[in-house]
Amino acid sequence: MAEHHLRTPISEADVRKLKAGDIIYVTGTMFTARDEAHLRALEYYKNGKKLPVDLGGLILYHCGPITRKIDKKWEVVAAGPTTSTRMESVEAEFMMNFDVRVVVGKGGMGLKTSEAMKKFGAIYCAFTGGTALLAARAIRNVERVEWLDLGMPEAIWVLNVATFGPLIVAIDACGNNLYNDVVKEIEENRKKIYRQISIS
Amino acid sequence: MSMSEDSIMVDLESVVMETTINLLKLAATRLPSDVKNALVEAAKDETTEVAKKQLEAILANIDLAEKMGAPMCQDTGVQMFYLKAGSRFPILGKLSRILKEAVRRGTEAVPLRPNAVDPFTRENSGDNTGKCIPWIDWEVIEGEILELTALPKGFGAEMMSGFAMLTPSDGIKGLKRFVVDTLIKAGARPCPPVILGIGVGGGADGVMKLAREAVLRSLNRRNENPEIAKLEKELLRLVNETGIGPMGLGGKTTVLGVNIEYAHTHTAALPVGVIVQCWAARKASARIRPDGHVEYLT
Repeated sequence: MAEHHLRTPISEADVRKLKAGDIIYVTGTMFTARDEAHLRALEYYKNGKKLPVDLGGLILYHCGPITRKIDKKWEVVAAGPTTSTRMESVEAEFMMNFDVRVVVGKGGMGLKTSEAMKKFGAIYCAFTGGTALLAARAIRNVERVEWLDLGMPEAIWVLNVATFGPLIVAIDACGNNLYNDVVKEIEENRKKIYRQISIS
Repeated sequence: MSMSEDSIMVDLESVVMETTINLLKLAATRLPSDVKNALVEAAKDETTEVAKKQLEAILANIDLAEKMGAPMCQDTGVQMFYLKAGSRFPILGKLSRILKEAVRRGTEAVPLRPNAVDPFTRENSGDNTGKCIPWIDWEVIEGEILELTALPKGFGAEMMSGFAMLTPSDGIKGLKRFVVDTLIKAGARPCPPVILGIGVGGGADGVMKLAREAVLRSLNRRNENPEIAKLEKELLRLVNETGIGPMGLGGKTTVLGVNIEYAHTHTAALPVGVIVQCWAARKASARIRPDGHVEYLT
């Protein structure tokens, strides 16, 4: 496993070098977006409306953090990843429209996204689910928040991070997908389990 | 007489309020020891680098949560309460209101992520309360003691829960298959290693309630019925043969424990419910006496 450190803005060339199974740490600017932010951003795009933040080259984090305001300043309390497959139907369009090359989440993504990543030049990285404080520790500060009307989890939080990781490159820009390898094994194992409980 | 009785009752209300807020904080920040031990054992057991890394991160995160007194996961869930309420506990009629207010205050104090939304408008209430939220499950028992369990339920795992109305001819074989299929379908999404709470019998709603009770039981306790205890062990072995592994990246540990609760059911059916609980299996309980004495059980 090779280890890499990346800094935003991240370009296509930066991610083309990385392979599934690599460990990476990222430094720079990340933004959170879940279901609602994806949908609204794509609606803006369709209507030719500018987003409140230029997302180009930034890292997309599937996360709905816990934040609080202390002395008029936002602080991140906990910020682990959320399940990425919920964004599967919109992610390919989202990352290509807004020039996002690194997506961080948990649980992996589907074929539509991984094919788009191969074509467009982007990667998906897994961060251990539920490890909200390991994540929060790597967040230096909240640069801004947009669309807070969507609620704290669904808003876009723009975060300044330092050595955020370790992240495992789970889908690379060559079409490799670690989760698919596991899924193939699981299907083989399912057959063996069925045989044990006398189901053919 | 009525004056002093009133003042006792007012005190008890604030005791319940304060205890509930404490339980919300305890649950969010400290993992029960049975779950933590199971994760420690799993980390020793895994052989691949990727699986080990996931479990090490989880254990480091649990330690941080304890040290910092901060929520271990940003999904602090939907707040659910399980009450075993002694019929002679003095303020039974006020508990729902008190628990709702405690959730409001706990959301600020812990802090918890505001997760409660209207399912149609998707509007977030901002304080984790709403129609029927917090969810309160009552069991009225004999006596004068209130036993209160806070269960903050994250939905990454909750969304992977399953229900099936199997038939007698599907049998236990069908039940095993349904459990294995539910887990494989869930894959990486519920943050494995998970705990499976399985309900068997009852009706459509009852079987899910049994599954929830199964989640609430300690991993160290098997079902009292030796045959069911055997089935729990067999299912645990089978589901770990799926190879889903920590975070779905492959490995030996997909499930930390399988608990089954059952009830009699209709002769035509074999209802099965599976509730999936992520590794962050948070819960905290306390007993409150009418004189205001509180005993924390976690």
